[in-house]
Amino acid sequence: MTRAELLNASVRGPSGAPVVVFVHGFGCGQHMWRHVAPAFEADHRVVLLDLPGSGDADEAGYDPDRHASLEGYRDDLADLLQELGLSSVVLVGHSVAAMIGVLLQIERPDLVDRLVLVAPSARYVDVGDYVGGHSEPDIDELLDLLSRNHLGWQDPLSTMVAGSPEGPAKDELEQAFCRTRPEFAAQFANVTFRGDNRADLPHVTAPTLVLQSAHDVVAPESAGQFVRDAIPGAQYRLIQTRGHAPHLTAPADTLAAIRDFLAVTAAVV
Amino acid sequence: MSDHFEAAPCGYVLVGQDGVIQRANAEFRRLVDREHEELVGAATLESLLSTGGRIYAETHLRPMLQHDGWVREVALDLVRPDHTRVPVLFNADTMTGEGPAFRAVVVETRERHRYEQDLRDATQRAERSSREARALANALQRTLIPPAPPEVPFLQVAAAYRPAGDGSVVGGDFYDVFQVGAADWWVVLGDVSGKGIGAATVTSFVRHTVRALAFDHPDPAELLHELDRALHLDNTDHYCTVVLARLSRVGAGWTMCLALAGHPPALVRSSDGRVSELGILGTPVGLIADPSFTTVRHELRDETITFYTDGVTEAGGRAALFGEDRLHALLAKLPPDPAVVVEQLAHQAVQHQGGVAVDDIAVISFAPSDDASPH
Repeated sequence: MTRAELLNASVRGPSGAPVVVFVHGFGCGQHMWRHVAPAFEADHRVVLLDLPGSGDADEAGYDPDRHASLEGYRDDLADLLQELGLSSVVLVGHSVAAMIGVLLQIERPDLVDRLVLVAPSARYVDVGDYVGGHSEPDIDELLDLLSRNHLGWQDPLSTMVAGSPEGPAKDELEQAFCRTRPEFAAQFANVTFRGDNRADLPHVTAPTLVLQSAHDVVAPESAGQFVRDAIPGAQYRLIQTRGHAPHLTAPADTLAAIRDFLAVTAAVV
Repeated sequence: MSDHFEAAPCGYVLVGQDGVIQRANAEFRRLVDREHEELVGAATLESLLSTGGRIYAETHLRPMLQHDGWVREVALDLVRPDHTRVPVLFNADTMTGEGPAFRAVVVETRERHRYEQDLRDATQRAERSSREARALANALQRTLIPPAPPEVPFLQVAAAYRPAGDGSVVGGDFYDVFQVGAADWWVVLGDVSGKGIGAATVTSFVRHTVRALAFDHPDPAELLHELDRALHLDNTDHYCTVVLARLSRVGAGWTMCLALAGHPPALVRSSDGRVSELGILGTPVGLIADPSFTTVRHELRDETITFYTDGVTEAGGRAALFGEDRLHALLAKLPPDPAVVVEQLAHQAVQHQGGVAVDDIAVISFAPSDDASPH
């Protein structure tokens, strides 16, 4: 299986146009970009994908050892871009994928030449003067909720054994996009919310935009500002919206912010 | 209508575009232990969740509500002012037009939550136990099935073993290769009836009894008589089929004395690819009052000898038995190298039954070699 198949990746838009890669964060899959990504297809190559273990990514692409750290995800993205023959891309990463993008840019500056970090946080758990917004027990509580909510996820094996004659109900299929195998979700949550990438930020060499939601309980302003201050020359845009996903709650503003950034930095790059 | 909302036997809230609660009924106020004024127009629904719950709501519930227009049966904890948690099930759907963005109902699940907690603890314990059981089974199995036979000068020996199913149950198959004199070796392969701990203890008993008897009983048939007596005295319901051979280095060759105890005969593959059977069937040990065993003598030429358990030939069940013909044919076309023979036989027998062995499979194979220290 190719990396593109494993990651359920697609490429749309005119060939030869600048490439924008959208990477979703912890929770759901590439559908999170549905209000934003299509708008780029007229004048960009748009790459969408599901991270291993998320969305409709193939389970064969998830390896508990490889994905015990963000570097595993970083390497998947590097493999994907090389396989697709893409380089010098704009990487738009939401939430934890912002940090995956940071790691990829540091490791492979040839592959990524601009970064858009949507609602980023380099560390979710408070430590010393640093305010990530969360405590260790908060993360335990999140893991507990994940184990209590499988969102209709059912072990394919147990379905096979039960030999249910009718397929899953239509509703179930519709609501599948935030459904993850519980073990994968728990590990991804641990890697995401117990990680610390603060020391990586100063090594970013690409023009970077930080998009911060004004009222975000997951990645509060203090977290976004830390990322801005630690990445040399990073730009910062505050989007007046609630929640952790401005591309869902304020797609027009998010779109405009990314477009502005691309226009300004295109001249430089 | 208003009374039905207020008096509904579940917590019921309407939430505005800004996330702030617009209406909350009596049950909802009771669940979160807050007054009307503290909620309506004042609190967001998220502010009533634990921090972990807020992350969950942001990373899962909000996207699902936006994408599908509804979420159902989500387990959450509401947090009261005194920081105690109230486990609830949460359903919500989005509303169109002016006014509230979505409505939600919550039902307290204290009892069910405790029950689920017990279930989850029990599941974790069960998983831990089955992991330990599997580790124990593997450890025990290794004492019956040595990972690699010892090196024998001027003899190439290889063995392969595949456990039944996922390997969590110890099988009754065993093999052994050991030395009793300067130029005398024994090769033993057997199959104790049944599975599990009971069979494993008998297997271990048989394997070690054979070793002990081999020093004083050079004749395989005689050894089997002694083994049969010992097994009868052991008062077990398990019986055992065995193929065993004493190999004696004589001059530049090997002389083999072989006996069967109700076990499939040894297969002799000569250098021209012909496959023949060697041994006189005999009776299983530990089964009947008047057993019979016969030793046959065979000078080893340029040929490969293979012992196997019926896990090989009976693979696939009655309907599509792997069978002796298939085994002979396979052996005839394989190269005579014992290492290749055992791996291929075990592999093909497992493949024949769709990748999961129904019964244990043990194979041991040997051939004379010119090498005094085989590597």
